[in-house]
Amino acid sequence: MNILTIKNLQVKIKNKIILNNVSLCIKKGEVCVIMGPNGSGKSTLSHIIMGDPKFKITTGAIKFLGKDIKKISPEEKASLGLFMAFQHPREIKGVRFDNFLFASYKNIAKQRKTKKILSIFEFRKKIEQLAIDFKIKPELLDRDLNHGFSGGEKKKAEILQLNILQPKFAIFDETDSGLDVDALKIIGTSIKDLKNKGTSSLVVTHFSRLLKYIKPDVVYIMANGEIIKSGDLNLVREIEKKGYQNI
Amino acid sequence: MSLKYIYKSKQGVTEELVRFISHDKKEPKWMLEHRLNSLKIFKKLTLPKWGPNLSKLDLNKINYYKKAVNKQASDWSDVPADIKKTFDALGIPKAEQKSLAGTGAQYESTAIYHNLKEEVRTQGVIFEDMDVAVKKYPDLVKKYFMRCVAPSLHKFAALHGAVWSGGTFLYIPKGIKIDMPLQSYFRMNSRGMGQFEHTLIIADAKSQAHYIEGCSAPRYKVDSLHAGCVEIFVQDNAKFRYSSVENWSKDTYNLNTKRAIVERDASIEWVGGNFGSNITMLYPCSILRGQKASADHIGVAFASHGQIQDTGAQIIHAASETKSNVLMKSISQKGGESNYRGLVEILPKAKNTISNIQCDALIMDSKSISKTIPLMKIKNKTTSITHEATAGKLNEDDIFYLRSRGLSKQDAISTIVNGFIDPITKELPLEYAVEMNRLISMNNL
Repeated sequence: MNILTIKNLQVKIKNKIILNNVSLCIKKGEVCVIMGPNGSGKSTLSHIIMGDPKFKITTGAIKFLGKDIKKISPEEKASLGLFMAFQHPREIKGVRFDNFLFASYKNIAKQRKTKKILSIFEFRKKIEQLAIDFKIKPELLDRDLNHGFSGGEKKKAEILQLNILQPKFAIFDETDSGLDVDALKIIGTSIKDLKNKGTSSLVVTHFSRLLKYIKPDVVYIMANGEIIKSGDLNLVREIEKKGYQNI
Repeated sequence: MSLKYIYKSKQGVTEELVRFISHDKKEPKWMLEHRLNSLKIFKKLTLPKWGPNLSKLDLNKINYYKKAVNKQASDWSDVPADIKKTFDALGIPKAEQKSLAGTGAQYESTAIYHNLKEEVRTQGVIFEDMDVAVKKYPDLVKKYFMRCVAPSLHKFAALHGAVWSGGTFLYIPKGIKIDMPLQSYFRMNSRGMGQFEHTLIIADAKSQAHYIEGCSAPRYKVDSLHAGCVEIFVQDNAKFRYSSVENWSKDTYNLNTKRAIVERDASIEWVGGNFGSNITMLYPCSILRGQKASADHIGVAFASHGQIQDTGAQIIHAASETKSNVLMKSISQKGGESNYRGLVEILPKAKNTISNIQCDALIMDSKSISKTIPLMKIKNKTTSITHEATAGKLNEDDIFYLRSRGLSKQDAISTIVNGFIDPITKELPLEYAVEMNRLISMNNL
């Protein structure tokens, strides 16, 4: 069964077409990679899937587990099992990371009718363990959400959130950009672990360096708001040699 | 349900009224003279020529003295339905509702008051209704009453001097430190005549205390003008904190005057939240008179449809090595206007002073307004002064980020708003902080 199916998607901002005729599908447990130069529409596509109200879908369809999710709010999508690791996680002052994540976790668990919801103590223990696993400084858990986090810390904190919220499908929107080698390894490994657990993912990137850790099942190339080519890992190798210009 | 009064004055301010108030309270002669003198000043002064437009406020259509007769009125069952509804919406438990409404008039609440009083009374602390204090502690009251806020300060201070009624008198003796905050819950019963309440606080040398003004409940519609007055004298080496959350009904002009005189090595902290009212003009003032005196002003203002919150801080550095910090946050929504109006004055003799001001405004929609009007008068060259102001709209990307984590749009917005004012709420006593967060959620959603 397809986790995500996108058909002939067109998206406009102020009458300007920014995505056109985008179609793709991702099966359960698959890792799908979208590559493309800056401004090709990769991030827009991620935001559209997650339901960013900034963008308007003019035509086309997005289905999640067979259900039309085109008009569904981001919060409902989160409950259904979608997650996006943001390219630029937002800094929210005055809102503690741990408190926020616990509220988010409880909300989603209730919506999903999860049988056993962690208590605040169990939750705290769990995030402390995840912080160790992902080499996140424990004091960040007590700080304001993403506030004063370094670029790498923000990205790792997104992965921690993902592991708490346990989606069926995760989007990584340029999660690998601006990371050092160690952080890249942590994130690459955790995407691989997700795949092993059966979680599907969509990895948006313009580098191939993350692909050292994960083997994509499908690779799409985007340019000017359209998918111009699809293939497997060989396509990535081709790009590395020729660059996006000559594909 | 309407309140019953034994006495309800005719509209307008007259000498007859002032004499009646003083007579009714059985005041000493000096207080009557003070009132009559204030009345003279009031008649001479004009309305302020700056700030929000007060032209719709007809001072001749106000009832200046209303005395609630009916003791039953402080029974919870006699509290008007719309106020009960607000309490219910606030989620304040029934037991607390009862004690709040009954405080001051009935034994349930007096018990709370007495407990507090018992604990501090043995140390010589005086915590009394202002009307009572005038007669019971004439020397202390006479020495300080309206010496910090003079009737000549502005028209509403003069009006207050003429018709003031009720309030709190607090005296902390030398060297006494009280950890537990003192709260003025009892004032709820004097609501019918409490529009011009007077709070006089004297923190004697080396004392420490925290006083909370409980104007947290919305008041009655009869309160169309609130011109209260707070005076605080912080003597050498004393530390005093004054907190208040003001949530008056939406048809109230809240023209309140709060001032402190801070002596050598002493400090004052003002913590405030302003939510209700039609027009609020409130700029707590610290006069740093002694060397190394310091003042911290922190506050939040919230303006919604039809409201102007014109609030801020005034600091007069009158001695050397004095310090002041101001942190103000404001939220405007649905066409509301919230302004920061500040005045920092550094006098020539106030050498080596430091003043830091930060004000942040959050504007919820395109109809709403926020202005920052800081004024600085610096009269010597050894001062370090900073002013930082930010104004921003509610960020759509922030909302989307939180929603993507399963928060509804409304929860996302209140999470951001509560986060924005968090530096101020965490300075408030817990029950006020919780109430403030709820007020904001209620107003917002």
